Amino acid sequence: MHPRRLIRLLCIFPFLCAASALAQTAAPPTVSNGDNAWMLTSSALVLMMTGPGLALFYGGLVRRKNVLATMMQSFAMMCIITVLWALIGYSLAFGPGTSFIGDFHYVFLHHVGLTPDPDYAATIPAQTYMIYQLMFAIITPALICGAFAERMKFSAMCLFLTLWAIIVYSPMAHMVWGKGGLLNAALGGKIPCLDFAGGTVVHITSGVSALICALYLGKRVGYPKEPSPPHSVVLSFMGACLLWVGWFGFNAGSAVNASGLATSAFVNTHFATAAAAIGWSISEWIRNGKPSALGAISGAVAGLVAITPASGFVQPMSALVIGFVAGIFCFLMVTVVKSWFGYDDSLDAFGVHGAGGTIGAVLTGVFASSAINPVFGAGKPTGAIEGNWHQVLNQLVGVAIAWGLSIVGTIVLLKLVDMIVGLRVTREEEIEGLDVTQHGEEGYDFGS
Amino acid sequence: MQKIEAVIQPSKLDAVKDALLEAGIEGMTILEARGHGRQKGHTEFYRGREYTVDLLPKIKIEMVVRDEMADKAIQAILSSARTGKIGDGKIFVSKIDDAIRIRNDERGPSAL
Repeated sequence: MHPRRLIRLLCIFPFLCAASALAQTAAPPTVSNGDNAWMLTSSALVLMMTGPGLALFYGGLVRRKNVLATMMQSFAMMCIITVLWALIGYSLAFGPGTSFIGDFHYVFLHHVGLTPDPDYAATIPAQTYMIYQLMFAIITPALICGAFAERMKFSAMCLFLTLWAIIVYSPMAHMVWGKGGLLNAALGGKIPCLDFAGGTVVHITSGVSALICALYLGKRVGYPKEPSPPHSVVLSFMGACLLWVGWFGFNAGSAVNASGLATSAFVNTHFATAAAAIGWSISEWIRNGKPSALGAISGAVAGLVAITPASGFVQPMSALVIGFVAGIFCFLMVTVVKSWFGYDDSLDAFGVHGAGGTIGAVLTGVFASSAINPVFGAGKPTGAIEGNWHQVLNQLVGVAIAWGLSIVGTIVLLKLVDMIVGLRVTREEEIEGLDVTQHGEEGYDFGS
Repeated sequence: MQKIEAVIQPSKLDAVKDALLEAGIEGMTILEARGHGRQKGHTEFYRGREYTVDLLPKIKIEMVVRDEMADKAIQAILSSARTGKIGDGKIFVSKIDDAIRIRNDERGPSAL
C-alpha cells in the first residue's frame, strides 16, 4: 500500500475504535462532573485529615522529644497504606467476595478504571471511589497510634499496622460497605447496619484496637506519677481545626455524590461538632473549674467521631443532640473511666474514637430518619424515632462485630509482631526520646 | 572585680536593664532560667489530669564589674526589680579572679 494511503487509514483508526467503544458503552452510567469534582475534593480533604491534621493533633500532645516520631507514624501510613491499597487492599475490601471479605478481583486495580462501578457510585469513575476509600484506609490505622505513642518501635508499628489493615480494616470495610457485605444496609446486607461514613469501620475498630494496644504494650515509663503534659497545645489546636474542616470530606463525601444528601451530612457534621465541643467544655468547666482549649478541641473531635455514622441519616436537630451527648460521654470516658482502670491510652484514641464511635453508632439507630435518607425504601421507617426500634439492635450487632474483630485481630497481630520484631523500645530509648533513637533527628533546634 | 548574679521576674527585665545602663554598667549576660525559692507553682489540667508546675520561668542576669561599681549595680537592680511580693528573686555576689578581653588579650579591671 502507498505510504500516504496507509497514513490516512491509520489516522481513521482511532475514530473507529472510539465509535465502536461508544457503541459498546451506550448503556453504562455516565460520569457527573459535579459529583466527580466534589468526590475528588473530598478525597483531598480526608487525606488532609491525616496529614497534617492528625499529625499536628497528636504531635502537639506528646512530649517534645517524640514530636517527629509521632508525626512520622501518620506519614508512614499515608505512604504504606497507599501502596498496599493499590496492590490488594482495595480488592480485599471492595471486591465482590463473600459476606465477610472481598477477593482478588480488583488486585492491582484490575477492572478499576475510569468508568463508574454502579454498585458503589454510579456517577463517578471507579478510581475516584477507590481513591476516596483509600483515604479512609489511611487514617484508620493512623488513629491507633494515639494509644501507643511515645513507646512503640517504628519498625514494629509499620509491620503491625500493615497487617492490621489487611486483617481487621479490610473485612470490616467489606462487611459495611462492600458488595454482599453482611452489614451493608445499602446493598442488601443480611444485618443492615447504618454507618454512613465509618463510625464502626473507622472509629470503633481503631479505638478498640488502640485500647488493646495500650493494655498489651503497657504504660509509659513514669506513668501515671510523672507528668507528661502536651509540649504544644498550639499544634494540637491547628490539627483539630484541620480535622474539623477535613471531616466535611469524610462525612459529606460519603454521600458519594454532590446531592442534597451531601448537604445533610455536611450540616450534621458541623452541628454535632460544635455541640460536642460545648458539651465537653461545660463538663470540664463544672468538674475542673476552667474550660481548657485542649478540652474544647477534644470535644470537637469527639463530636466529629460520633456524627460519622449518623451524618447521612439524621435530621440537623438530632445532630446537635448526638454531638452534645458525645461531648459529655467522651469527657467522662477520658477523665473518669481512664483513671479508674489505669490504662495508658496516651492520646485517648479509645476514649474519643472507640467510645465516640460506639455511642455514635447506637444513636444512629435511634435518630435515623427516612426523610433524610430512605435507605430501606421510600416511606419505610429507618430509625427508632420512626418506630423501627429493631434498627438499634442491628446497630448493636455492627458494634459488637467491630469490637470483636478488633480485639481478636489486634491481640493476634501484636503477639505476632512482638515475636518477629519486638514491639516496645527499650527503657533507655524511651527516656531519651523516639525522635533521636528511632529517626536520628530532633524536632526543634532553636539554637541554630 | 565582683560577679553579680541576679535572678529576677521575667517581666522586670526591661526595667532592670535600663536601670543598669543608667548606672553606667554596660556589659551583662542574660539567661532564661526556671526555678523557684519559696514561691509556690500552680496546677494545670490536660485532658483531666492535674499537673503541678513548680519550675517557674525566671530571668538571670550576670555581670562582672569593678569593685567600686558593685554597690551601684546592686542598688540599680534592687530598685527596679522589687515588687514587694514573694518571687521577686535574689542577688548573689562573688569575687572574680581575672577577666580577659578576647579581642586583644587585655587583662584585669580594664578588660571589663
